[in-house]
Amino acid sequence: MDVYALLLSRLQFAFTIAFHIIFPSFTIGLASYLAVLEGLWLASRNPVFKTLYLFWLKIFAISFGMGVVTGVVMSYELGNNWSVFSATASPVIGPLLAFEVLTAFFLEASFLGIMLFGWRKVGPGLHFTATLLVAIGTLISAFWIISANSWMQVPAGFARTAGGGLIATDWWAVIVSPSFPTRLAHMTLAAYLTTALVVGAASAWRLLKEPDDDASTTALRMAVGMLAIVAPLQLIAGDVSGKEVRRMQPAKLAAVEAFWETRTAQPFHILAWPDMAAETNRWELSIPGLGSWITAGDARAEVTGLKAFAAKDRPPVAIVFYAFRLMVGMGVAMIGLGAWGAWLSLREGVERSRPFLRAMVAMGPTGFVAVIAGWIVAEVGRQPYVIYGVLRTADAVSPVGAGQVSASLIGFLIVYAVIFSVGALYILRLIGEGPVEGAEAPPPPLPRAPGSALAAAQQDPGGAP
Amino acid sequence: MSLDLPLIWAGIIAVAVLLYVVLDGFDLGVGILFPFAPDPRARDAMVQSVAPVWDGNETWLVLGGGGLFAAFPRAYAVILPALYLPIMAMLLALVLRGVAFEFRARGRARGKAFWTAAFAGGSLCAALSQGLVLGGFIQGLTLTDGAFAGGPFDWLTPYSVMVAVGLVAGYALLGAGWLIWRTEGELHDLARRWAGTAAGAVAMLLAGVSVATLFLHPQVAARWGFDGHGFVGANLARLAPIPLLGAAGLATIGLGLARRSHVAPFAGGLIVFLSGYLGLAVGFFPYIAPYAMTFREAANPDNALALMLVGVAVLLPVILGYTVFVYWLFRGKVTGDAGYH
Repeated sequence: MDVYALLLSRLQFAFTIAFHIIFPSFTIGLASYLAVLEGLWLASRNPVFKTLYLFWLKIFAISFGMGVVTGVVMSYELGNNWSVFSATASPVIGPLLAFEVLTAFFLEASFLGIMLFGWRKVGPGLHFTATLLVAIGTLISAFWIISANSWMQVPAGFARTAGGGLIATDWWAVIVSPSFPTRLAHMTLAAYLTTALVVGAASAWRLLKEPDDDASTTALRMAVGMLAIVAPLQLIAGDVSGKEVRRMQPAKLAAVEAFWETRTAQPFHILAWPDMAAETNRWELSIPGLGSWITAGDARAEVTGLKAFAAKDRPPVAIVFYAFRLMVGMGVAMIGLGAWGAWLSLREGVERSRPFLRAMVAMGPTGFVAVIAGWIVAEVGRQPYVIYGVLRTADAVSPVGAGQVSASLIGFLIVYAVIFSVGALYILRLIGEGPVEGAEAPPPPLPRAPGSALAAAQQDPGGAP
Repeated sequence: MSLDLPLIWAGIIAVAVLLYVVLDGFDLGVGILFPFAPDPRARDAMVQSVAPVWDGNETWLVLGGGGLFAAFPRAYAVILPALYLPIMAMLLALVLRGVAFEFRARGRARGKAFWTAAFAGGSLCAALSQGLVLGGFIQGLTLTDGAFAGGPFDWLTPYSVMVAVGLVAGYALLGAGWLIWRTEGELHDLARRWAGTAAGAVAMLLAGVSVATLFLHPQVAARWGFDGHGFVGANLARLAPIPLLGAAGLATIGLGLARRSHVAPFAGGLIVFLSGYLGLAVGFFPYIAPYAMTFREAANPDNALALMLVGVAVLLPVILGYTVFVYWLFRGKVTGDAGYH
């Protein structure tokens, strides 16, 4: 085996999938938000909702496109770089990914066309249906991909064949594997949080410049409401998930908390310098007993440490430890921001507090940071396995050389850097312009790409025949 | 009675790949023709004609790849490493031209120029890469114990380059046919010229590829009647409808162009692709990794194939239904170019 090819393949997969997850974690929530906005517009005919819908639709179009093209990459990269994994896992999780394509991708792709370009073609009811179907499609997609990933975390419902392969014995147990329900809730809430933070930040940015902007005020209130409700729920989902990890993936839990010894009354390490060679933390800043309480719900509970696992079965500790703290830190900040916003809402109104608006802007990207950190905890914490307890990552790699993988990795780095900077620039530019009332004015005679979402967005969905 | 699940799945994947080739083929073709557009308005109209449907078209590529993973994992696990570089090049090209749909509309002067070039260049590179993948696939993969055991550039041969150029010409033909159908005015007239040129190139390259394919592997030659000892006319006669279909497609294009038909050139292009697709497939069937692994050897256990077949039986008609609905909704000439003449 080519160790460089393995390392490069891991780097490439980590980079491309971390890049990809940025977009779904935003568009899953944004699609639902657009469905709510269009529904409210149709129900109330309050033009603020239409203004907001048309504004966020443009940002959705850019983000969704980037999610699609980086997602297509994933469906081939599995075979390009992880052919042994593909051949091993496919008899069990192959159908899950096939169902994702059949139930979600076609639905999203087809109705996105109507959503973006259907204004003059369809009536408001059908247009709303298209928005709803796209939103549902994003959630179905999350369902299947979390299902497949959860099976890789805590495999169930399968057996080994005489030839050494895997075979599914209970499809229900495969699809709804033990960690799946909690992880699906955790990821869906994360997507809604990410969107609420971006919508809130964009609206707050606008209100700092234009304090009387009605549309941005409405959007900010909706985002703060979402944040105030979902951020605490996420804490609960995360806690349940953590307790499941203790039972189902004890080595991951030990790495998350940098526990080396198996003992009762584990301390909680706020900071630590884990040393894998020395099998200890070189130094740590800890609260006694809190570690057992957080991970097992009882300060005196015994929690397994890393030394209970052979050195070759331990995940890299420091990455998992710090990624987890980053995620939780962001989550706690989100809860604080939501509570602050809720308190302000009951008093003078969130839109009137400039300190709050500035904090909201500053917190805008934290959803993405938390999502990526959380996925690092989940995926690096599963190491050295790609299918937990079944297949090691080192055994899963394709027989391709380091030269080829370097070439493709450089290609991804360049192309993704370009599309990320340009996409971010265009989205930030749109946010800077803000939701423009009167966006329902008829389009000027073909100033720019007539097929663009911009041109489409200048049409009036409510007034369409 | 038990169903022959691997055979059914081979058929499903084959249909998904064919649908991908013709559907994304015409929108990639529109991108390949981009540099020949006379002005920005023509380019805008070209993009507008495919913008509502390209994403759905590209989803067939995901079904092709995802379906191969899900139904024939052992083939997926050798074909993709064997064709690593052209597949990665294809993916990168598709990323660039995919985001260009939105980015072109957002960019100002320099940005728009860059993404216009990215749309054209990405479409061309994606088509070339797909041709290299196809050529590398048909000329055969080197396997040892069910794993890829060849070199990183096995796919790069004069044959695969000829297939790649042929596929570019074919996509340009589909793109031109699509534009004849969906645009009017000067662009429509230009598209007729493009279709004529592309059809000529396709006719030559298709003939060249057809002959060259006979020399790839004895099985292919034998299927077409050349079994190493002599010529077996009965074999060729059995397959004769396939090249005849291709000739009929080219004739449809020629007649359609001569009689100024709006639909016939595109329909003829589809027929040519169907013929080429069948012509290649009969050569390497039943291999799914030519000429080393059959589709039966590569297939997943029946329980996985059966579960997915239930899903396909229910969902594929629905998918085809709403795909047709979306095409129907966006039927007719693109209207945004009303001021374009």
